[in-house]
Amino acid sequence: MSELTLLLIRLAFLAVLWFFVIAAVGVIRTDLFGPRTAPAPARKPVKQPRPVSKPKKGEPRQLIVTGGPLQGTIINLTETPITIGRANDATLVLSDDYASSRHARLFPQDGQWIVEDLGSTNGTYLERSKVTRPTPVPLGVPIRIGKTVIELRK
Amino acid sequence: MTAKRRGAQLGMLAFAVLIVMGAYASVGLGINGKVPSGMLGYGLGLGGLMLAAYLVLAKWAPWADPLLLPLVTLVNGLGLVMIYRIELAGENLASAANQLMWTALGVVMFSATLIALRDHRVLQRFTYTAGFAGIALLVLPMLPFIGREINGARIWVGIGPFSIQPAEFAKLALVIFFAGYLVAKRDVLALAGRRLLFIDLPRARDLGPVLITWGISLGVLVMQKDLGSSLLLFGAFVAMLYIATQRTSWVLIGILLFVGGAFVAGQIFSHVEARFNVWLHAEDPALYDAVGGSAQLMQGQFAMGSGGILGTGLGQGYPYKIPLSFSDFIFPAVGEELGLTGLMAILMIYALIVERGLRTSLAARDPFTKLLAGGLSFILAWQVFIIVGGVTRLIPLTGLVTPFMSAGGSALLANWMLIALLVRMSDAARRPPPQAIQDEGLTQVMQR
Repeated sequence: MSELTLLLIRLAFLAVLWFFVIAAVGVIRTDLFGPRTAPAPARKPVKQPRPVSKPKKGEPRQLIVTGGPLQGTIINLTETPITIGRANDATLVLSDDYASSRHARLFPQDGQWIVEDLGSTNGTYLERSKVTRPTPVPLGVPIRIGKTVIELRK
Repeated sequence: MTAKRRGAQLGMLAFAVLIVMGAYASVGLGINGKVPSGMLGYGLGLGGLMLAAYLVLAKWAPWADPLLLPLVTLVNGLGLVMIYRIELAGENLASAANQLMWTALGVVMFSATLIALRDHRVLQRFTYTAGFAGIALLVLPMLPFIGREINGARIWVGIGPFSIQPAEFAKLALVIFFAGYLVAKRDVLALAGRRLLFIDLPRARDLGPVLITWGISLGVLVMQKDLGSSLLLFGAFVAMLYIATQRTSWVLIGILLFVGGAFVAGQIFSHVEARFNVWLHAEDPALYDAVGGSAQLMQGQFAMGSGGILGTGLGQGYPYKIPLSFSDFIFPAVGEELGLTGLMAILMIYALIVERGLRTSLAARDPFTKLLAGGLSFILAWQVFIIVGGVTRLIPLTGLVTPFMSAGGSALLANWMLIALLVRMSDAARRPPPQAIQDEGLTQVMQR
């Protein structure tokens, strides 16, 4: 076995050892930033619906907080449901004594957004009426949760 | 966000086994220019064992962290290769076949723990039982007939031809005790009590049981001359107190207690004083030649020095010249053949194992799991620090095993159990919560 071969084996072994470490970090990486492949598929569905959704004028794009301490906050609507409440893992985190920790939920269904009360103490109001079961939300109609008022906009 | 990631796990596991087989081949090529005949046997043995461990994990802890098992496999496998290499060089005490057998028993222990312990939170019910078991295990070697003294430390229990070190298992039991006790008492420990200068002192009755356990374990260890384990338990105790109460004052008190204790022990016990001397004056020729002097420590340093950045290559150095190169000094032995680059990779792998443990602790939902996972990860990290710090002369050398690498059955079994507990907890922490009942309302809407 020549010196050169042994040297190459030695360097190759160290390289493979470090490659293992890097591969392990790559597996961990998804913990921190989410799966690497996530952005690519997410972009495609957005591109395709755009021409389709344009003729449909009623499709909401944004959720806007029009009243309460968080006034002016804008959340862009995607395919994912939005949770509202005092819990830290909610999409819209309220610091409001009148809101429950998991107060309400908004989710898309057949091009419509639907609001559902999650058994809150003080209730969710769509315009003036209390939301007792999942109800479709028209554009620009205020949803009231405690002191906070939110609306769907284009 | 969490996924099972079984594919990644199996892939990494296969990768780890392949690296170990490559290392075997490299050892053979380095020593006598041909691939060793035992390579396939060892490789397939390790591969089969890990496949079994993987299947158990996939069946009984499907949501467990995907990296813990592959990372441990690689460290364990590299330890096996190094022991095999030192055995080939003619060191009689090193036996790779023995180590492989203990690895197999370790995997059996790992599987048994995973299968028997479906919910780790039941351990909380055995808080005091675990505390007593820990102390009993520590005292066991002091008893006549079954206790054995090997290499000047009375830390062994003999069962027939086997000797086991009960202290390795005691540390698991004591961490469970600390976790269970601190969960119940952390609020009083953090809040009740007087404030002295800028340090919050807890009430004596809250701290009593912990201090007593700690005192007994340290006393026993000092009498058995097992400095490494007593340092390990002390560190685990301070770290868990800190995790439970989030008071920096505990860390300060701990460091002060430790420095004071080390100073006093150095004055009183000759074997502690000798360790300090060897640490501070290792290069003194008189001390180098003395019996129980610094020869071993300096041999380790020479080995790492001759390894340099890239190492001499597996099978081409002289790591077997270091006394106990297959157990306490396996780290410098690896350092000689794989160099600083290899040592850093191994330290990174340990760091990743600890990171996975701490991540589990962060993701866990109940305080007992948080403390237990934090404590177990900490003792693994602390163990690596104590031994690596010892052989590199950062801190005084105290005999401790390098987790998963050193030859030694008890430590291997205990550490595999530790990993099983972490796997069990990560399974619980990563498992998605059950679906909300409220979703049934949604179904009604769709039926409309």
